[in-house]
Amino acid sequence: MQTFLGLDYNLWWYLVFGAVISGYAILDGFDLGAGSLHLFLKKEESRRIAMNAIGPIWDGNEVWLVIGGGALFAGFPVAYAAIFSAFYVPFMVFLVGLIFRAVSIEFRSKEPMLWWRKAWDIVYCFASIVISLSLGLMLGNVVEGLPLDANHEFSGNWLSFFNPFAILVSITTLALFMMHGAIFLMMKTENRLFVKLYVLANDFIIFFVVSFVVTTVYTLLYLPHLSDFIRSRPGYFIIPLLMILSIANIPRQVKKGKYRYAFISSAVTIALLLIMVALEVFPYLLYSPKQPVNSITVYNAASSEKTMHILLIMALVGTPLVGIYTSFVFWTFKGKVKLDEMSY
Amino acid sequence: MNVEILARIQFAFTIGFHYIYPPLSIGLGLMLVILEGLYLKTGDRIYEMAVRFWIRIFALIFGIGVATGIIMEFEFGTNWATYSKYVGDIFGSALAAEGIFAFALESGFLGILIFGWNRVGPRVHFFSTIMVFFGSLFSAVWIVVANSWQQTPAGFHIVGEGMNARAEIVDFWAMVFNPSSVDRLLHVWIGSILAGAFLVLSVNAWYILHKKHLEIAKPTFRIALTVAAVFSLLQLFIGHRSADGVARYQPAKLAAMEGHYDSSAKADMFLFGFVDNKNQKTSGVSIPGGLSFLVHGDFKAPITGLDAFKPEDRPSQVNSVFQFYHLMVILGLGMIGLSLLGCWLWWKKKLFEYRWLLWVYALSVLLPQLANQAGWFTAEMGRQPWVVYGLLRTSDALSKVVTANQIVFSLILFTLVYVVLFALFLFLLNRKIQHGPVDHGTKEDIESGARRDNPLLEHEHQEPIAAE
Ligand code: HDD
Ligand code: HEM
Ligand code: HEM
Repeated sequence: MQTFLGLDYNLWWYLVFGAVISGYAILDGFDLGAGSLHLFLKKEESRRIAMNAIGPIWDGNEVWLVIGGGALFAGFPVAYAAIFSAFYVPFMVFLVGLIFRAVSIEFRSKEPMLWWRKAWDIVYCFASIVISLSLGLMLGNVVEGLPLDANHEFSGNWLSFFNPFAILVSITTLALFMMHGAIFLMMKTENRLFVKLYVLANDFIIFFVVSFVVTTVYTLLYLPHLSDFIRSRPGYFIIPLLMILSIANIPRQVKKGKYRYAFISSAVTIALLLIMVALEVFPYLLYSPKQPVNSITVYNAASSEKTMHILLIMALVGTPLVGIYTSFVFWTFKGKVKLDEMSY
Repeated sequence: MNVEILARIQFAFTIGFHYIYPPLSIGLGLMLVILEGLYLKTGDRIYEMAVRFWIRIFALIFGIGVATGIIMEFEFGTNWATYSKYVGDIFGSALAAEGIFAFALESGFLGILIFGWNRVGPRVHFFSTIMVFFGSLFSAVWIVVANSWQQTPAGFHIVGEGMNARAEIVDFWAMVFNPSSVDRLLHVWIGSILAGAFLVLSVNAWYILHKKHLEIAKPTFRIALTVAAVFSLLQLFIGHRSADGVARYQPAKLAAMEGHYDSSAKADMFLFGFVDNKNQKTSGVSIPGGLSFLVHGDFKAPITGLDAFKPEDRPSQVNSVFQFYHLMVILGLGMIGLSLLGCWLWWKKKLFEYRWLLWVYALSVLLPQLANQAGWFTAEMGRQPWVVYGLLRTSDALSKVVTANQIVFSLILFTLVYVVLFALFLFLLNRKIQHGPVDHGTKEDIESGARRDNPLLEHEHQEPIAAE
């Protein structure tokens, strides 16, 4: 097996994939959160400002999902095939949510009638909520594992996706994104809209902390094997510890008025949560609890070494490029939102 | 209906819908680059207004292109799981490259293209426009390469057997430059540029007919006409090269395209006709031996016919392949005729004198759209019964776990969603066109009587942002 800096190619690609997914969750997370809380904003102008805050960047953020899909397909085609054919129904709902979110941002501003705008506000908000919930639901099921057959294909029933653990993860995801989005919007707004968001952000922090604690307790009680990894390697306790610190830091920075730090903290929280998930399930990409031999791992799902090699080169060349122009775009639109004639 | 047919219908429907938008983005991207370049060079307000108008339309088209594209990326996994495993090694790298090198570029700079007019300098804005155009060109590259690999596989070997067989890369560049990639990519690009050019042509013809915005419409019309003329002629050559490639690498498809059954006979080239697949007969208006001449330079040379293939190895919808192919070619010739006629009248200084012709131009936006769809239907239906030509059958490519009910569910869902989307798209496009290339709040804008996009604008400039 070929290695690079001591890690084999499969591990490298797993890390790349994880980084892309974390990037997606952090970046689109605040768009989705901003969308999910949209209806809490009551005035037309506030809603416009909130939409324009993500207007120029949400599309670029969504590309991370596309890259993630490509990365999974390329590096672990067996996992790509199994996951998406298993999650057929929730995934289609997720995709329809993405369609509606995209077009509601685009369509809303195109007509002046109030009913038109109100209708798209509702579509936009519900689409964002549906996307967040379905993402969380699928994540929860991946963490728990799915029944797989000898061809690594799903052999269960999709109704089983709606189990308590997955539903808890789903709600936690929504809460996390709403908190993240509210903090993002605080950085982009002024005056009374800002004050309103400040209140909302504090509510969502509470919402998130409560759902996070409930999910964690449920996991420890009913799915104890998920914490095996960390319990057997005490050194890794640093990760949950960091996570708790980072969560605690969010309200602290909000109180201090350091919204940028609060935002960074919530971004770090998202990344740490995903790292926890990765540690819990590794080396499985999709675990099959009833027949562990059928599980899909980073090794039995992988592309050939040659492909991995090509992919890593692409990632090495591509990542700096994407980094450069993403920063350029974010930099161009930094600061508080100002509406002008090209705004949504 | 069985799972296979349903999955095929779903794929054809969703990709066909996606393929309405990307060609427009690519083609409009080029028009934006040209118009904005002219604006920077001449400083003429007319070009500025034209660019800003087309940017708004571009944003609308792009949004739907993105929304429908995401569906496509995951549909391989949802419906075609076996295929995904079979080609993942090869195909995945193309899709990943597309995300990293194309979509990220395009979507990133799109923000500046649309919202950056007052935030960055004119040069930076022009640079962003060019980057968006490049991004959209690149978006086509990898996906067409992947599809071309399915048509003419190269640079791989097969590992494993039965359900677990898969193609692995041996030679990356041979995979990328497989025998049909280059021709097909050029063909797709040019088809896209034509889609954009004819959209601009149509809208401006409509303005000229209605005596609106003439000072902008006329020069823009001429630019679009030039682009249309150049690229429709080019398309004929590139299309011919594609056909040559099909003759060499996919003889069953070529035979289906012309409804040619008898391997020992010369092959005709039809202008139009009908294929009776049951009796293996093709009738219509043809140039006898025309296909033989195009392929071998000899009117009498025999061409491999469908009878050289076992029934289970031939495309089953021969007539459809035939019709789609001929529709594309006729439309291509029509576009050449239309744009050359325009150039000739322009030279005679009579370009805008015939109302009926302007009406034809106003409707011509449909020609490249139909040709693009017809082309893909030819290429994809002609490839059947193979998903990967000669290697993997479509019927073996399905997801084993997906049931007919699930596909019906998603098909109904997508049909509903897409019908709504399409209606809204047409409605908004129409509103934007009615509104025309005028700035908000100017005298013209108010006189044009169209309602403004952002009714709140005036107030916002006076009052501080106070809400909630
Ligand atoms: C990279 C892959 C790829 C790309 C770029 C395209 N297709 Fe495709 N197409 C497939 C990969 C594919 C496929 C997954 O391989 C399908 C599904 C079933 C099959 O036989 O091939 C297919 C089937 C398929 C069918 C059904 C054919 C049949 O079942 O008889 C149609 C009509 C199209 N496609 C049309 C298009 C259009 C309009 C495209 C333009 C954008 C397009 N395809 C691009
Ligand atoms: C099955 C095949 C296809 C898949 C999986 C696919 C996938 C996608 C995805 C995921 C997006 C959204 C990217 C984003 O978020 O910015 C997209 C947009 C786009 N696709 Fe496709 N696509 C397919 C076929 C094609 C083809 C054949 C073309 C060739 C012209 C094309 C050109 C584009 C372009 C230019 C965009 C940008 C959006 C737009 O301009 O409307 N795609 N596609
Ligand atoms: C005028 C003469 C034309 C000829 C001889 C021609 C020839 C062909 C051939 C042989 C194919 C099948 C390639 C394959 O299966 O690998 C094809 C596909 C296609 N054609 Fe054309 N074409 C012409 C005009 C056009 C025009 C005007 C358009 C669009 C504006 C167009 C758009 C397409 C598209 C989108 C495809 C599918 C992609 C591909 O397979 O390359 N074609 N064409």
